[in-house]
Formats: sequence, structure tokens, C-alpha cells
Amino acid sequence: MEYVNPEGLRLDGRRFNEMRQIVAEVGVVSRADGSAVFEMGNTKVIAAVYGPREIQNKSQQKNGHALVMCEYSMAHFSTGDRRRQKNDRRSTELSLVIRQTMEACILTEVLPHSQIDIFLQVLQADGGTRSACINAATLALADAGIPMRDLAVSCSAGYLNSTPLLDLNYVEDSAGGADVTVGILPKLDKVTLLQMDAKLPMETFETVFALASEGCKAIAERVREVLQENTKQLEYRRAA
Amino acid sequence: MEGRLANMWRLTVNESKFVETALQSELRVDGRGLYDYRKLTIKFGKEYGSSEVQLGHTHVMGFVTAQLVQPYKDRPNEGSLSIFTEFSPMADPSFEPGRPGESAVELGRIIDRGLRESRAVDTESLCVLAGKKVWSVRIDLHILDNGGNLVDAANIAALAALMTFRRPDCTVGGESNQEVIIHSLEEREPVPLIIHHLPIAFTFGFFNKGNIVVMDPTYIEEEVMCGRMTVTVNANGDICAIQKPGEEGVNQSVILHCLRLASSRAAATTKIIREEVEAYNREKSLQKVKRHPTLAKPEVSGPIVVVKEGHKMSEDEAIAAEISREYVERLNLSSVELKSSKEQEAVAASPGNFKGGPSNWDPYTEAMDVDSLKASLASRGVSVTKSTIKKKANDSGNVQKEVTGDLEMKDTAETTKHKSGEMTLKDAVKPKKKRKNKSS
Repeated sequence: MEYVNPEGLRLDGRRFNEMRQIVAEVGVVSRADGSAVFEMGNTKVIAAVYGPREIQNKSQQKNGHALVMCEYSMAHFSTGDRRRQKNDRRSTELSLVIRQTMEACILTEVLPHSQIDIFLQVLQADGGTRSACINAATLALADAGIPMRDLAVSCSAGYLNSTPLLDLNYVEDSAGGADVTVGILPKLDKVTLLQMDAKLPMETFETVFALASEGCKAIAERVREVLQENTKQLEYRRAA
Repeated sequence: MEGRLANMWRLTVNESKFVETALQSELRVDGRGLYDYRKLTIKFGKEYGSSEVQLGHTHVMGFVTAQLVQPYKDRPNEGSLSIFTEFSPMADPSFEPGRPGESAVELGRIIDRGLRESRAVDTESLCVLAGKKVWSVRIDLHILDNGGNLVDAANIAALAALMTFRRPDCTVGGESNQEVIIHSLEEREPVPLIIHHLPIAFTFGFFNKGNIVVMDPTYIEEEVMCGRMTVTVNANGDICAIQKPGEEGVNQSVILHCLRLASSRAAATTKIIREEVEAYNREKSLQKVKRHPTLAKPEVSGPIVVVKEGHKMSEDEAIAAEISREYVERLNLSSVELKSSKEQEAVAASPGNFKGGPSNWDPYTEAMDVDSLKASLASRGVSVTKSTIKKKANDSGNVQKEVTGDLEMKDTAETTKHKSGEMTLKDAVKPKKKRKNKSS
């Protein structure tokens, strides 16, 4: 199948280095300490953060560090076919990956004896749910006012029809080509998350990896904008 | 969000400080260099598709089984490959019985991604009847001892088990032409899986905020390290999978450095696995053939024979050996008789007086080996008669002539040996009957 036409346009009309439209909003769950909705094209994720609060299970307490918990789940209506069940292997792995990514950017050492819970729910899945979840979690953590080193952001890139493509949608993702998901701390310029599957030669991987990193930086800008916009809103409300 | 960390074994502060400080001067607690691998041993079980891998103290067992199932609807002509991990509670204090924990799931997913998404195993060849029956291959990975770096060891165990796995051969037939007949292992030679390339996992540990990189971390280092990355590469230099699940951030250059290190390592590990598998396969095929230690020539037992036939063969061979031995003795005797008959005319001598002079030169007992005798049995009778005729012709009875005659005989014997190099022992038996008939 042709995923990139001769004019260099993809199935949904994007260029190879073009991202889908990003819509983000914070403070969407009223009872949560921090929450956010993050949309990337048709992928939509909602995140809620509770904490820092007292550790519920004392045996899990870590010395001098906050305990970060994460639960990723996909709504049953999020995909075309309703076969995904809760607690399958994929979501277990994603919960682990997202938790460890967020742990790396939260200043856990300034919040000892406390627990931070991150709940993530995929409302619509159209490829790149992993990245969308990390971005949503970052927004929600920032909304909850949890001290962080940096805003961890993530973006994916793939390789189809011998073209590196930024931000794959579901059709492109399930085409069987490579899929590289990168999570970075943009200010520190460090890579925390890196996942890849399918086969890629070394040089190709480097270009795809570079493209995904560029995508991350673009998302980081957008995330920052959203947070600044939110802060402005809060300021107006206080003044009023 | 179950009770992770509940039973965690923790390193003391002193120990972890020690490990970290040592690493800063490029020393590891077990004396390896930063990028050295631990010793890898691969063992195989008696059955097809079982392997045991030991990487230092880490011990992983892999077992592959296959079953005929209905294919997935979206892939009607592809078999499936699934990986199951079992973290036995005896291997590590933090492993809990019951449902697989996060680390078990992650390990399975990493190996799964390396093997399946890179299409290392040809799943289309596992299809028997499109849309109805395909082989579903299941890899079970049991962690028996956790000495650190489970991913690499489990990955190698999975590969070794897959490479030695044989599925029973099956054909489509029956009344409706839609029935699948599975042939037992005795009936038909089982079929190996088609493996395109070997994706090999290499795990790196990051220390000191990602500044120190270590290959193949032990369980002590795993406790101390702040980040981890598993790179799955094959010997062709392709990257099949990468997993760096969050944790401490590292620079891009460090990641690319790790990738290069891993792909430079892949060829060596591939070689080790291939060699071990080949040795196992050779041994396995040798087990099928029963050889007779002294008599069987390589020409005789060239192709692989199924065990039952092998038995039969060896019996035949035993009989043949028995007969040929008898025959050799008789030949010796007959040669002696022949000699004596010659000798009677030339020099009156008894068989006992043979040794010494050129006239007593006996090619059968001294210069000829048993093999050439056996091989040239067919020609023996002829040559003997020939020489007697010759001898009668030049009736002068010169001793010297006789010797040359005998020498000729030896030559013919040897040439026939060369010609009949491919003859089997069964062929050697035939002339005996001829002779018997002649004599009787």
C-alpha cells in the first residue's frame, strides 16, 4: 500500500514531518488535584493526578522518595473493535513505562513519604496513545503543582515507503513498518523513553530518531504554551 | 498497581556506594570490563525445542511447543507466535507467585517485540489450511535463577529453543480434502521452523546520571543503576527493537553509542548460538543411526536412517561380519592350500615352513589387510584360478615366477578393492555362495 504519495503527502494529507493538530486543556476533572485532556488528531487521552498524598500501602514506601503510581487503560469504545480487556499485557507494560518516565521528571526526593497517583484513560485511540498519555500526564502533573525537573514530552515517528514519518496515526502504525516512540526532557536534552519495534538499519534509525526528537521539541513548546495560557486565565480570574 | 516493591530485596547503602564508586574508576564488582559479557552456556534438553541458558548466575529455561489452532481473523494464513514468562518465586525474593508481575510482562513484551515484529520467525510457513488451521507456536520462558540481566538470557533461551524446535509434519487430505493429518515423529521426519535472522538482546545499565554505561549488568548492579536500556539487534546490523522504559534520561550520543556497541557484539553471540545448535543437531542425528564400530564404513552409513531401520541394518551387518570373518579364515586356509599345492611341485614344503625365503612369501597373511580382502572377495576365486592356470602354463615351476604370479594376484586384489570401494558388505557375501555352489 502507498502511504506516501508521489507528491509527498500522507494518507491524511500531512507532510512527512508534519504533526497532527494538538488540542490540550488542563483542569478537566474537578475532584482531581491535577488533570488534563490531550488530543493529537483523533487520539484523545484524559489524565488525572491525585497527590502528593499519604501512602496507602506502607509496605511500598521508598526511602526518601515519593511513590509514583500509574494506571493506563483504554476505554472499550476507544478502538474500532471492542476486544481490548482491562489489565492485558500491553497496558501493564505501558503503565510501567509511563510511570518510570514520569518518575524521572518528578522531583521525588522533595516529597518523601507521599504518593502520587496518575490515572490515564484513552478515550479515542488513533495511534500514538503512548505519547499522548505521557504528554497528558505531564500537563496533569503540572496542573497539580507537583515539582518537576522538566516537562517530559513524547512523540513517535515511523518509517514507511522509505520515508521517515512523524507522528503515526493508526493506519500507518499498523502497516507493519518501524515505530519509534521517544520521550525526552527538552530543557535537559536527555532521552528518558525510547521504544522501537520492527526492523530498521542503523542509519535509518538515526534519522527516524532525530525526527521523533524534533517532534518532541515541538510538542514541548505547545505544552508550555498551554500551561502559560492556563496560568494567565487563573490570573484573570483572581483579578476579577 | 499491585504490591510491587512489597518483597523487595534491598542493597545496603554501603554496598551501593561501593558499586558506584568502583564504577567511576571503571571497575565492576565481578572484575569485568564495562562492556564485557558474562560467560554464556547453552544446553539443550532431550526433546525438541528445549533449551537452558546460563549467563553468569542467571539461569533461564526455554521451551517451545506448537499446537494447531484456528488463525486470527485478520491474518487467515499466518501462524502465531506467543511468549509466556514464568518468574518462579524460588529464583528471586521479589518474585511473587500468581499472576505475572510488571517485570515479567515487560520481559515477555521485549522478547516478543524483538522476535515477532522483526519477523524473525516465518509465520506464513506455519499455515496448514488457510483460515482453518495454523500452527500456534508457544514459547515458555522460565526464570530459574536471577543473577541479573534476565532479558538477554531469556532472549537467547527463546532463540535456542526455537532453533532446535521441530513440529510434526502434517498433510491435508482425507475424504473432504480438508482434513489435517498429523504424522507422528516416527512416521515422518519433523519439520524445523523457518528462522530468517536472530534478533539478540543486549542490555545496558546506566549509572551516575547516565554518564557511565555498563553492559550485561548483574543483579547487584541492577539494584544500583538509575536506568536501563535493552537493544535487540541482529548480525546484519539491523535494529529490531529498543526498550528504554523511562527512568533516568541519557544523552542521544550515549544511546547511539550503545546501539553501535550492541551491533558489533551481535555477530559473536549469533555465532555462539549457531554453533551450539549445530552441535546439538549433529548429536541428535547421530543418535538416530546405530553404527557398528569397526566394520561400518562412512559410505555405508552416509544418509540418516530412522532408528528402526538402523537396528535392522546393524543385524545385517553383524551377520555379514560374521560371514566375512569366517570367509577370511577360510581364505587364509585356502591360500595356504593353494600355496602348498604350488609348493608341492616346486619345493616340497609344509605350511609351517613358509617363513623365511622368497618362495614362502605369503601376501595374504603378511601384506594384506582384512579390508582389502573383504572387498576383493568377489575377484578372489577368479584370480586364484587364473594364477593356477598361469602356473600350469609356465610349467617350469620357477620360484621367482611364482612370486611374481603372487604379486600380480596381490595387484589385482588391490585394484579390485579400488573399484569395489563403494561395495557394501552384502555384496561381499554373494561370491561365497557362488563358491559354495562351485565347490559343491
